[in-house]
Amino acid sequence: MNLNATLLVVIAASAIFYGTPLLFASVGELLAERSGVLNLGVEGMMLVGAVSAFWTGQHLHGPDWVVLSAAVLVAALAATATSLIHAVLAVSLRANQIVSGLALTIFAGAAGLSSYLGNIGHLGGHARLHEFKAVDLFGLGQTPILGPLVFHQNALVYASWLLVPLAMFYLYRTRPGLHVRAVGESPETADAMGVNVAAYRYVHTLIGGALAGVGGAYFSLAISPNWVDGMTSGAGWIAIALVIFAFWRPELALVGAYLFGAFSSLAFTLQARQVHLPPEVFNSLPYLMTIVVLVFVSTGWAKRRLGAPASLGVPYVREER
Amino acid sequence: MKRPALFAVSVMALVGLSACGSTTSQASPSASAGPIKAAWIYVGPTTDGGWTTAHDKGRKYVEQQLGSKVQTTFKENVPEGPQVSQVIEDLVRDGNKIIFATSFGFQDAMDAAAKAHPNVFFEQATGYKMEPNLAEYFGAAEDADYLTGMALGAASKKGKIGFVAPFPIPEVIREINAVALGAQATHPGATVQVVWTNTWFDPTKEKQAAQSLLSAGVDAIGQGQDSPATGDAAKAVGIPWSGYDSDQTQYAPDIWQTATVYNWGPYYTKRVQAAIDGTWKSGSYYGNLADGFVDIAPFGKSVSADAQAAINAKKQALISGSFYEFAGPLKDQSGAVKVPSGSKLQLTDILTMDWFVQGVIGNPKGA
Repeated sequence: MNLNATLLVVIAASAIFYGTPLLFASVGELLAERSGVLNLGVEGMMLVGAVSAFWTGQHLHGPDWVVLSAAVLVAALAATATSLIHAVLAVSLRANQIVSGLALTIFAGAAGLSSYLGNIGHLGGHARLHEFKAVDLFGLGQTPILGPLVFHQNALVYASWLLVPLAMFYLYRTRPGLHVRAVGESPETADAMGVNVAAYRYVHTLIGGALAGVGGAYFSLAISPNWVDGMTSGAGWIAIALVIFAFWRPELALVGAYLFGAFSSLAFTLQARQVHLPPEVFNSLPYLMTIVVLVFVSTGWAKRRLGAPASLGVPYVREER
Repeated sequence: MKRPALFAVSVMALVGLSACGSTTSQASPSASAGPIKAAWIYVGPTTDGGWTTAHDKGRKYVEQQLGSKVQTTFKENVPEGPQVSQVIEDLVRDGNKIIFATSFGFQDAMDAAAKAHPNVFFEQATGYKMEPNLAEYFGAAEDADYLTGMALGAASKKGKIGFVAPFPIPEVIREINAVALGAQATHPGATVQVVWTNTWFDPTKEKQAAQSLLSAGVDAIGQGQDSPATGDAAKAVGIPWSGYDSDQTQYAPDIWQTATVYNWGPYYTKRVQAAIDGTWKSGSYYGNLADGFVDIAPFGKSVSADAQAAINAKKQALISGSFYEFAGPLKDQSGAVKVPSGSKLQLTDILTMDWFVQGVIGNPKGA
């Protein structure tokens, strides 16, 4: 009996593989939301990341690791530039964040900027030249159970495992992290403390963009073999739901991302083992669970202890203090 | 709401910038009579590397053959839903005289449009409804699918073959049956295990479905999907793979076997020419290996010389008519005889096929 082919290991492995792009995007969105900026443009930013990563991978020549690192960097930068639109509208111009974020997804997403870039770059119809392959770490890839889960993942998965503790440390243990939380909870107080509210909101909206871009790059460099319009197919929305599901905490975003990642392929895994359940059930589970969590978060107790940053989505205007 | 006008303007600007996916290309400026306008409706992007790529190759072939006599348009990524009626109306309003719809789910809207616009010629791929101005066209892909199945059977060590399948409709069911019968010809007792994705084109889902089969232990894998994502999953574990619709060798050359491919160009050219000449008639075209409408893609480097020889011999037998894959005796999944020895399935039987042959693992009614 091959332990690594057992149902649980297979499900866990696919949870990690398909949860990773969600993890990048939701940690990014979480940081932006912690600073008080709700950005519904995640899907659009991910697609801009996906297309620019794919373009870089097709045009840059060199060893795999150089090209892939450059592609991820380009994806992060392109998505950061995209998120700048939202930052300007939401922070400087104090526009409605929901409208601005939605507009960003419509503008940059499927049938928008990312598709346009894919078309003018002639990305379609060619196999990708570089991809994130699973790395057999320390030769332990075949170890029972832990092998496929821990020691046989691609570089972006390992990067995401560094990202989560880093984000936790930053938010909970550093002075800038404290400031971010202050800016998100009570910008007036933060302002009075001498924290530059606008600067914090800008920086974290941009970090959110960069991480969404990396999540998008995962789709075009690890999942899909070719460029396809709208290839994230809603992952950006799941990432936003995930932030709520994770109570705005990076450690819970990790759990949630893997849970939602598992749902995305569970129907197929069961079908291949003669268990027939409608795939629609699994596809809707992330949203159903988010609704349950939303209900829970709305209760008084949870609102005080676990809820959304108090000033989430509220533009800060100093004159109105 | 501090500055409603500002964000309203910014939203409108952003939305306005996002373009929609339609492209018109004209072979050359028209002479006095003006070119006929022909349109194609695609379910996926022209760059899907499979089904829609093949149709678009056909459209380009028409441009090449008819030059300034035709002006072609296509609409890509059209969902199989109520939107397609709108797309057809737009195309008619733009003056298109012949419209090709290239996915099964467009059929009802095409039928309705044909009744509403008697002066426009409609052509529906893979469907069955007909009107005086609505024709059907497809081909005996099952013949080529059988040959693809032979390659998979020969490549499989244990005879456990996986198949990533889109929708439980006759066109896909007979494809799976033909693959299974072909695999059993080169690997007696081979099974074909099916996972339904409920999508024609979604690389992520297709890859997940392929991975689920690979982790369940199949050692060769085929697909009825429009993207090469199945091959991407198989490549990671070095399992032989057959594609669909187009030559997809470039996506995984080491494991590539072959694929059923369609050559739509000559049919499209003939029909557009007929529309120009005024000789267009409704009908149901079912192309085959003999007339070159269907074929198999070039073999991959891992296909053995023996397998290639056996497949080529069978291809000749299919062309000459001395062999037909859906000839009795054929049993269904339960082992009951569906087609007795000495008789064979007729075209109407296979166009409505809703049962799996023996050796297929899965539910012909879907997941």
